[in-house]
Amino acid sequence: MAEVRIELIEKRIGQKTILPPLTLTVHDGEFFVLVGPSGCGKSTLLSLLAGLDQPTAGRILFDGVDVTDLEPRERDVALVFQSYALYPHMTVRENMAFPLTVVPRAKRLDRKRIEEEVERVAGFLGLSALLDRRPRELSGGQRQRVALGRALIRKPRLFLLDEPLSNLDAQLRASMRAELLRLHKELKVTTIYVTHDQTEAMTLGDRLVVLNQGRVQQIGRPHDIYAAPANLFVAGFMGYPPMNLLSARLGADSIRAGPLDLTRPPGMPPVDQAQSVTVGLRPEDLVVRPANGPGDEGNGLGVVRLTEPSGPTLWVTVELNDLNNEAFTIIGTAQAGFVPKIGERVAVSAPRTTLHLFDPTTEQRWGAG
Amino acid sequence: MGRHDDQGRFMMNRLRTRGLTVCVLVVVGLFCLGPVLWQAVTSVKPDQDLVRLPPLFPERVTSVHYDRVLLKSSLPRSLANSMIVATSATVTAIVVGAFCAFALARLPITGKSVILGVALVTSMFPPIAVISPLYLLMRELGLRDTLVAVGLTHAVYSLPLAVWLLTSFFQQLPKELYQAARIDGCTPLQALLTVIFPLARPGLAVAALLVFIFSWNEFMFALTLTASDATRTAPVAVALFPGLYEIPWGDLAAASLVVTLPVAGLALGFQRHIIAGLTAGSVKG
Amino acid sequence: MIRLSERAWGYVFAGPAFVLVSLIALAPIAAALWLSLRQQLPIFGIDEFVGLGNYLQLWGDDRFWAACRTTLYFTTLSVSAELLLGFGFALLLNHLSDGAGKGLRWAHVMIILPWAIPTVVSAQIWAWLYQPDYGLLNYLLVVAGLTEGAIDWLADPDWAIHAAVVMDVWKTTPFAALLLLAGLKTVPQELYAAARVDGAGAWEQFRRITLPMLMPVVVIVLVFRTMDAVRVFDAVFVLTGGGPGNSTETLSIYAYKTLFQTLQFGYGSALATAMFVLAALLSMLYLALLRRHVQGSA
Repeated sequence: MAEVRIELIEKRIGQKTILPPLTLTVHDGEFFVLVGPSGCGKSTLLSLLAGLDQPTAGRILFDGVDVTDLEPRERDVALVFQSYALYPHMTVRENMAFPLTVVPRAKRLDRKRIEEEVERVAGFLGLSALLDRRPRELSGGQRQRVALGRALIRKPRLFLLDEPLSNLDAQLRASMRAELLRLHKELKVTTIYVTHDQTEAMTLGDRLVVLNQGRVQQIGRPHDIYAAPANLFVAGFMGYPPMNLLSARLGADSIRAGPLDLTRPPGMPPVDQAQSVTVGLRPEDLVVRPANGPGDEGNGLGVVRLTEPSGPTLWVTVELNDLNNEAFTIIGTAQAGFVPKIGERVAVSAPRTTLHLFDPTTEQRWGAG
Repeated sequence: MGRHDDQGRFMMNRLRTRGLTVCVLVVVGLFCLGPVLWQAVTSVKPDQDLVRLPPLFPERVTSVHYDRVLLKSSLPRSLANSMIVATSATVTAIVVGAFCAFALARLPITGKSVILGVALVTSMFPPIAVISPLYLLMRELGLRDTLVAVGLTHAVYSLPLAVWLLTSFFQQLPKELYQAARIDGCTPLQALLTVIFPLARPGLAVAALLVFIFSWNEFMFALTLTASDATRTAPVAVALFPGLYEIPWGDLAAASLVVTLPVAGLALGFQRHIIAGLTAGSVKG
Repeated sequence: MIRLSERAWGYVFAGPAFVLVSLIALAPIAAALWLSLRQQLPIFGIDEFVGLGNYLQLWGDDRFWAACRTTLYFTTLSVSAELLLGFGFALLLNHLSDGAGKGLRWAHVMIILPWAIPTVVSAQIWAWLYQPDYGLLNYLLVVAGLTEGAIDWLADPDWAIHAAVVMDVWKTTPFAALLLLAGLKTVPQELYAAARVDGAGAWEQFRRITLPMLMPVVVIVLVFRTMDAVRVFDAVFVLTGGGPGNSTETLSIYAYKTLFQTLQFGYGSALATAMFVLAALLSMLYLALLRRHVQGSA
């Protein structure tokens, strides 16, 4: 178990900046998720933490001890690779025992103890029947478990996972997510988990950091990030379907956001007249209703272009025109019991409290300073 | 009726394809094997049949040439020498080359282009040019007229090939395997010995085969670095085949076949690996 | 316990190879270059620095130019024959492989044999075939009615070099064929299908698809084979020893004789260096051609 502090870590190759200076603290025993689109630097950061790569500048501390110059083997970390990286020429048993068999002879457990440890971890992961198979004889999910077992057997201080679920099919992914949470609850090892999948990040993390091009966009608990995205990038990246973003004029008591006429949220401080903002509306907050009620126009009228049923909710893509007759498409949720047809005229209404406002020039959350 | 026609045409087509295949194989076979087969025929002809043509094939085959070559000449000694030289050259080149290739493929060393440049120059420079300095060097090292000198030279001159092949082989192994071994607590040396080399066995085998065949067949270094029957390798023995007044063609034929046998065996047994090794890189890139 | 950085391990791993190559290959190469600037005649006790004297002497040496011509003649003839023949074999075998996989296996078995045979042995095999009185070649030619008397292939200055070329072609065509065959296999079949749909005939398909796609392999074969042909030694040395006269004396053989028969170490090294320059120039020429081809098609 360890607290991990990353202080101004930086990675450059020649003139090219792979990772601009970055500072981050992961608490002891936490399940911490690094999430961002591919190329955001999350895998580089993981390599630096594991000691597979050396930073150009900055320090990494485990429990206050500087480990920046230590080799991987001296850091006591475990890493589960996206490709699992199981040794193809070894059986499951040999794969899992491997970390225990390569430690210097003086510190090595005797063979019987190693065997017991393998049996114990295998039982824990439901691998007992597969110990004498080779990796190529296993299914994707089983390989995943072996990779976890190989990582767990050493009882590492820090557990690193690099997109471990991305090679599994959707159903298996859901059950492995639950499994990972169970493991973490029982073992309480500090875990850093890298993914590009925001759903995974939201469901797994105690806390998460959103990265883009190597820069921290926001750090926080999943719900806080969802409820109050710090900037336009986070707003667009976290949540599915993505948040509707519309440029808008902020008036004295109304907001004109493209085709939508919105009411100012309560408690919002007064502003200078006619300011430009970007308004963000989550599809789950926008309600699409039949437009036949007299005078019931909601915040705007439009035509249904596409419907996407997704379990309990029905996503509706609506095309609306603003005052200059310019077309906008936004995604909303059909009102309970309402199944719109393509081409049908509908009303779209947004509740007052769940507006997200962003400064269009700085792209930061409006009023966040 | 139409069905019969179709079947007939199908059979004809198959026969034609089969016939074409056989034709091509016969042409290629005559070209490639003809001269060797003639040598084989020669090696079992009695002496009196060697100085007349026709008949092409002897009425009676004899093993006299093989008896002479294997029992009454220094050829067995030369074969043993070749075996020692080729084996030790192969082991040296593969061990030294594998470590170097891994460093080139996966480790962050500087000067990789320098090493590759050296390899290129080494393999381009005419061997004839280095022979006299090499001879002087071996004399200084006290290795003149020893098998060590020949084996070492063969190992070094086949190193560029071995390193080049193995580097591309190591690059094909997923780099996560090495990283996983490092995370699991291996030193780089442990990672190589327990994970990388066992996985690279096919590549190591291909490189070893090519080095062995090169060393077994090499003539110029072996000729100049050895001076006596005790150290002479098989190709040198075949080139300097003793003949008092006339060339003993029958004995020579037997000797050449015996000398060819080990490499021909390797080449035929492992032809798929060898072809993969020869064509690696040159075709992909 | 020793602690080394990843980079340091890299140097430890590459070290032995570097030491061996420096000692056994680089040092002798440097020594050869140094020797080529000296006049060394041990029998007369002469050993002095002569600068570019050896190279100037080379310039006026008729035997050197004759060896150059012989080498280039041998190289041009054998490399182009190997390439054409190899191409023919590769196309035939590629055709085979469409239907019967077994046929290709057999072809591989046969084709690898001349490649694997020691060059010295193949020279002896051919020396026996060329033998004027009981050699198979003369016998077959007479039976076929192509010649009347026996031709002494290796003793006739006009025939000897060609006899060497034929032997070399036999020995190394398989190598060219193997590489070209592997190259043919990498040409995506869809390209031919597309070309057929576009109305290209067999010849057009070969000229517009096969040939350009195979160009890099062709250049590699050319480079490998040219390097070897320019440096040719064992084949010709065992077959003819450079004779008759000096009609088959290639640069390697001239250098060998200069070094080991007349013991002129300086002059011999200059000869060898000239060979290296020739080989390097030729391969640079090929690479330039390849680059132009690649740019032209891009």
